[in-house]
Amino acid sequence: MTDVLGNALNLDFALLAPEIIIGLTALAIMFLDLFKQELKVGDRALPLLSVLGLLAAGAVSLFFVNQVDDFSRLIQVDNFTTFFRILFIGTTILVIVGSHEYVEKHVNHIGEFYALLLLSTVGAIYMAAARDLLTAYLAIEVLSFSLYVAVSLAKNDPRSGEAVLKYVLLGGVASAMLLYGLSLVYGVAGSTQYTEIATALAASDGSMDMALALGLVLIIGGLGFKASAVPFHMWTPDVYEGAPIPVTAYLSATSKAATFALILRWFAGPLYPVADEWRWAMATLAVATMVVGNLIALQQSNLKRLLAYSSIAQVGYMLMAITGLSSDTASALLVHLGGYLLTNLVVFIGVIHFYNRTGKEGIADLKGLAETNPYLALVLTAGLFSLAGMPLLVGFFTKFILFQAVVEADYLWLVVIGVIASTISLYYYLVVIKQMYLYEPEGDTSRWRISPTGYLTTGSLLGAVVVLGIWGTPLFRASHEAALALFAGV
Amino acid sequence: MTESDGYVLLALFLVPLGTAALLMLVPSRERAVIIGVTALASLAMLVLSLYVFFSYSFTEGQQFQGVLAFPWMENMGVLGANGIQMKVGVDGVTATLVLLTGVVILPGTWVSWKIQYRLKDFFVLLYILVAGVFGVFVILDLFFWFLAYEVALLPMYQLIAIWGSTRKEYGAMKLMMMLMAGSIFIFAVIFALFTHVGAGTFDMEVLINASKDETFQKIFFPLVLVGCGVLGAMFPFHSWSPDGHAAAPTAVSMLHAGVLMKVGAFGVLRLGFQMMPEGGAFWAPALVVLGITAALYGAISALKQTDMKLMMGFSSVSHMGYVFLGLGTMNVIGWTGAVLQMTAHGLMTALFFLLIGGMYDQSHNRDIPNFSGMAKQMPIWTIFFVLASLASLGLPGLSGFIAEVHIFIGAFRSYPIVGGLAVLTAAITATYLLRMLSQAFFGEMNPRWTGLKEITWAERAGAAVLAGAILALGLWPAPWIDRIAPSIIQMAGVYL
Repeated sequence: MTDVLGNALNLDFALLAPEIIIGLTALAIMFLDLFKQELKVGDRALPLLSVLGLLAAGAVSLFFVNQVDDFSRLIQVDNFTTFFRILFIGTTILVIVGSHEYVEKHVNHIGEFYALLLLSTVGAIYMAAARDLLTAYLAIEVLSFSLYVAVSLAKNDPRSGEAVLKYVLLGGVASAMLLYGLSLVYGVAGSTQYTEIATALAASDGSMDMALALGLVLIIGGLGFKASAVPFHMWTPDVYEGAPIPVTAYLSATSKAATFALILRWFAGPLYPVADEWRWAMATLAVATMVVGNLIALQQSNLKRLLAYSSIAQVGYMLMAITGLSSDTASALLVHLGGYLLTNLVVFIGVIHFYNRTGKEGIADLKGLAETNPYLALVLTAGLFSLAGMPLLVGFFTKFILFQAVVEADYLWLVVIGVIASTISLYYYLVVIKQMYLYEPEGDTSRWRISPTGYLTTGSLLGAVVVLGIWGTPLFRASHEAALALFAGV
Repeated sequence: MTESDGYVLLALFLVPLGTAALLMLVPSRERAVIIGVTALASLAMLVLSLYVFFSYSFTEGQQFQGVLAFPWMENMGVLGANGIQMKVGVDGVTATLVLLTGVVILPGTWVSWKIQYRLKDFFVLLYILVAGVFGVFVILDLFFWFLAYEVALLPMYQLIAIWGSTRKEYGAMKLMMMLMAGSIFIFAVIFALFTHVGAGTFDMEVLINASKDETFQKIFFPLVLVGCGVLGAMFPFHSWSPDGHAAAPTAVSMLHAGVLMKVGAFGVLRLGFQMMPEGGAFWAPALVVLGITAALYGAISALKQTDMKLMMGFSSVSHMGYVFLGLGTMNVIGWTGAVLQMTAHGLMTALFFLLIGGMYDQSHNRDIPNFSGMAKQMPIWTIFFVLASLASLGLPGLSGFIAEVHIFIGAFRSYPIVGGLAVLTAAITATYLLRMLSQAFFGEMNPRWTGLKEITWAERAGAAVLAGAILALGLWPAPWIDRIAPSIIQMAGVYL
């Protein structure tokens, strides 16, 4: 088959198998939820079905390792896509397994919750896989709309409504900015295909087109919102605080990583020829994000807000890599993303289980956790230390590789700011750790345990955080292959 | 030392790390098991470090011995053929520092057995710290070197904040933030070195022997000085040290003042002088000024202190000043003295903190004016204390003398006036130590302390180990000097 311009189109639907499986699972979940009474299945059936569907999709995506193909010039399947497929599917599985008790108790419309998580996973994967601006935009909206609804699902929490309103309104503005920016780029380049935009921009004489400049600014602004980079971060703390904790975890992990996947695809692909025009903007965003995120985090008293600001700060480190974007920094960024996802999940799943037991989420409520639940205290400590980039944990290794790559890209000054910011971050992580270890527990001082699935998820994540911290080669190798695939078209 | 001895070097940090992992699996009620495991592990570490020390013998043209390398990450992205390796090896300097660590951890373990509160967690953290220290001394790859360096710092916060005394939260946070701020500089230097040399490897041997631009060295040497100097309590970055020492529990003070501060000074030597000899030569006069200022300032501040641990904290600043002064002289004898002083001060200060801790656990008081005539109440304690004081003020026959004589000769050779000031410092040191001795130990017995018992057997044994080492180094320093001096002669930029 060919399109109107006579390009041959490949309509091999097998390339989309993982997402088709996930989408069908989402439909099956809604169906199952609807006929729960008639079919006599318990609440646990929904998460179980989601996990089975995701596992199947993950297994299928492994078949595409080292394959390069595209679906109808819209979806690119290569190692970069496969990397993010595995990452996103894994994240969703961990969030679902780690939080199903929480969801039963604190979330409205359980069926929709799981279906939305699955659909947003599809959106996230296509953000990484798209090779056409419109497909990418649709993927963004699939992810965003699923999450708008998911944020509002917290039971009996007025903050949830406030959060979703903020998120939808600001998200809408950001999408509009992004879309306008994309249309300007289309106007300049004459195509929505990444490869053709790259060719068109590379062929121009190098003088900066005003329309293109405006388009770039709008695109960076829109993406900055999605990634919660300063000064587009205002929604983040409120949404993180108001959303159900699993959704917060998902926002800070998949949504963020998907945005960076998209940024990499765009800025290493169609927009790479005009790299000199956007590097300074990325550098500015990176500095502002690192500094502001870390400084505001210092004064938080709510755990979710603290993690929101800490995740903003992490975005700053990642933007450094975009500033010095090349094949090497891209691979370092992917390493860091992988490590960040693992670390963030271990912290959030720990917090979810803490909330399951206590119903509290203030930093001061963690007092004496080392007495009442030493295992959970250890999990949270390891996670927070890893976020701070402390050694023997994956955070140290990924940050080292990331900073190293940015220095190699001749941005030593950025790294110096990054290292200072990351030292500041140690302070607020230590404040949390101090609560757990230094003070006696208040109120209920009996020992308690987390659920078996809690042990399963936190235990495996903790293991990954430690093992990859000591021997990070597998992660580095996978990232390297993904980065090579990303730059293969340039 | 042969290549197979490289496995001993690996074992040096894998033993404490493995012990820490093993201890995590032991239930915390099983105190006997915990004590047994740590007794074995600490003994193993001492034996391993003795083996490393005695099997090292200098051979011409061999920079490092027992070199063993395993590729860890290579040929990917920014990394070249031997990107990151797990590489170990020792020279004469690190062989002596390894021995120091082994000697200090043994009594450090013994005196910690009487901790009642979360004994297991204490040892897990303490052994992770020790693994980091051994790692810094034996690892020859900058990635892992920095990893070990941070591993050695990381547990300090919890160790002080949970098990400490006097203003422990403040002391712990101050120490942690200052040390981490220091590692910012080291981070920058490591990246800059990697990029500047451009060999695509973190191998320290390659980086040491590669040629580097002189301007580059002049710019980045001071960063090492600040970064590692913070950990070495170099004036004016020392202010965490007295607070941290006063707050830390006994074993942590011992390890911290005894070994961890030496990691800082060693960092200046390895990452600074060895990597950037020309930069070092350029900045050496600054190091001399900082060193002698620290020595004088620490000694004068110690004169004013009444809290024994604070006095020792300032005394450590003063003695570390000698180390930096010795490094600044840029001659072999001064550097040998600096390394000897690291060992001498490590042993002596560990003994001090052990003794002060043993007394504080009973009296909960460390104010010197509150004590008098303790010699009658605790004679054995007093004997060890006097020995440590005499070693500290540099009495011939004890470890401090050997080290200080080297440093003073080195200083007189390069900067005679500074040498004179250094001798003056030694006199001030004698003043505050002898005054403390006369006030607290001799004279009328204060009836308030009649309830105090002699220090425990574990503490006596630990003190005996340290005292033995002090005497050995003081009476027969040849094994140390034979290892240190030839290694130093080989280093670039030092003159005889």
